[in-house]
Amino acid sequence: MTSNLPIVPVAMPLVAGTVLILLRDRLALSRAVSLLTSAAGLAVAAVLVERVRTDGIQVLAFGGWPAPFGIVFAVDMLSALMVMVTMVVSSATLVFACWSLDEERERTFFYPLFQFLIMGVNGSFLTGDLFNLFVWFEVLLISSYALMALGSEGYQLEETFKYLVINALSSTLFLLAIAVLYSLTGTLNMADLATKLPEVDSRGLVAASAVMFFVVFGLKGGLFPLYMWLPRAYFAPPTVISGLFGGLLTKVGVYALFRVVSLLYASVSFTLPLMVFVAGCTMLFGVLGALAQWDFKRILSYHIVSQIGYMIMGLGLFTPLALAGGIFYIVHHILVKTALFLIAGTVEKMRGTTSLKKLGAVIDTSPLVAALFVVAGLSLAGVPPLSGFVAKLMLIRGGLESSAYGIVAVSVVVSFLTLFSMMKIFRYAFWSEQAGPQSYEPGAAARTVAVTSLVGLGIALGLGATWAMPYAVLAAEQLVDPSAYIATVLGAS
Amino acid sequence: MEYLVFPVIFVLITSGLYLVLDRTLLRVVIGLGLLSNGTHLMLLATGGLLPGSAPIIDGTEAAVVDPLPQALILTAIVIAFGVTSLLLTLSYRTYQSYRTDDLGELHGRLDDE
Repeated sequence: MTSNLPIVPVAMPLVAGTVLILLRDRLALSRAVSLLTSAAGLAVAAVLVERVRTDGIQVLAFGGWPAPFGIVFAVDMLSALMVMVTMVVSSATLVFACWSLDEERERTFFYPLFQFLIMGVNGSFLTGDLFNLFVWFEVLLISSYALMALGSEGYQLEETFKYLVINALSSTLFLLAIAVLYSLTGTLNMADLATKLPEVDSRGLVAASAVMFFVVFGLKGGLFPLYMWLPRAYFAPPTVISGLFGGLLTKVGVYALFRVVSLLYASVSFTLPLMVFVAGCTMLFGVLGALAQWDFKRILSYHIVSQIGYMIMGLGLFTPLALAGGIFYIVHHILVKTALFLIAGTVEKMRGTTSLKKLGAVIDTSPLVAALFVVAGLSLAGVPPLSGFVAKLMLIRGGLESSAYGIVAVSVVVSFLTLFSMMKIFRYAFWSEQAGPQSYEPGAAARTVAVTSLVGLGIALGLGATWAMPYAVLAAEQLVDPSAYIATVLGAS
Repeated sequence: MEYLVFPVIFVLITSGLYLVLDRTLLRVVIGLGLLSNGTHLMLLATGGLLPGSAPIIDGTEAAVVDPLPQALILTAIVIAFGVTSLLLTLSYRTYQSYRTDDLGELHGRLDDE
């Protein structure tokens, strides 16, 4: 039963990243190695998802030390799906990066940093140990600091400094929360914590640690009222890097919140109502922030915040249907949001700007890009039959079944405002009069292929929802009733 | 014994927070250093600061020290070291570009809107 498969999505980027440091000046070779690693990672992730579906939760105990003593990787359906979608978007963004970044940035260790970032993201999704989760967070954060500052142009240094300080603060809080939990229970294995935490006498300290974790993951995930750093930080780096961050990084915080709430804090009285309240505020304030913006990338960044509200809505309702909707939403969001950022990058390559006031008439020169934007934008707003519709339908049905009418109303209103935002981008960037000059940059075909594959997957996810749904439902059931997770982790040798 | 360490942790974390709120780049970096040191001490204190022998179980030991928090802070210190050096590099690079270490002056000066 024990197989080494769960370590592969982490080990492969580590080896590739190390090799890529040595290949610094050989750009063609670097690109080939990176693309091959991502493609192989995609295959491994697919095998992992299938393995979890047929054989149940996979556990790998490192060094043969059994669960509460050693570090384990525990892969349930949610982890496997997250790794899978990570590898999908990392492959697509990598293709886009190979044909859009300038050589100077590529030479400044873009490819190794990219691999280390993927390693950190996959590690966070797979680990079953709280301190190990902290370490993976740091791995991905340090790579993201470097990627965000890569090139050191204009905005980047200032925004990276702020991003770094905010994340370093939240990491400190993460450590403090871990210290509190360890002093209460004497263990850091999440499954072991789940069994020991309900027996702790000092409920006040348990509640305090819960709040600390909510602040930490809320900061990383961009939840209300902790999202203030996000729109500016994601505006700074080159668009392909923003796309990767916007698609993936905030979702690591959301995933950690799903994991921690379902295993440790679902029984703490204030957790779920707080999550529903925060979800509503995140949706609403994110989308209102987007309405005031006049820049392609900034609007998309505010929409990341808004969309994260939907995922947390699924968590806050905590019924199998709503959670499945939340998980479906995460997968849909990662694909579609990355696609939208890459479309912004494509437009930026053509016109040299992402300001809506300076753009216009992109549809005349590249109707395909405009069509892709329409599909992705409508999917983000939740128009049937695209993937966003399926996810929102599940969430809203879950909300109605739990009689949470307030949050359902907010989510419907926010969907309309999202549609308005997408129409605004379409109206000013793709329609209207051409304002700026057209510049020709090579590599347009490869960039379009990357975007098309992501949008295509989004469409497939919507049309093929019948086949995709069982995976999300299985993941949700494992979250709502973590007894199988706990038994598998603690029983593994 | 823990009660002697808690005031130290308190002072480290509060002064760290105070410095992080400052506008000078370097003070923010120092503040983060103090903050992380306070947290590391806190982690160490969770294991209980009791006298005891090394955790080698051979049947003769009376009281052993919990080795896990020490392993944890070792990892955390290395990470904090890496982050701090990156932060210092970034601050220096920012100073080189803008000839100022005042975050208030930096703020918004590159806003194109």
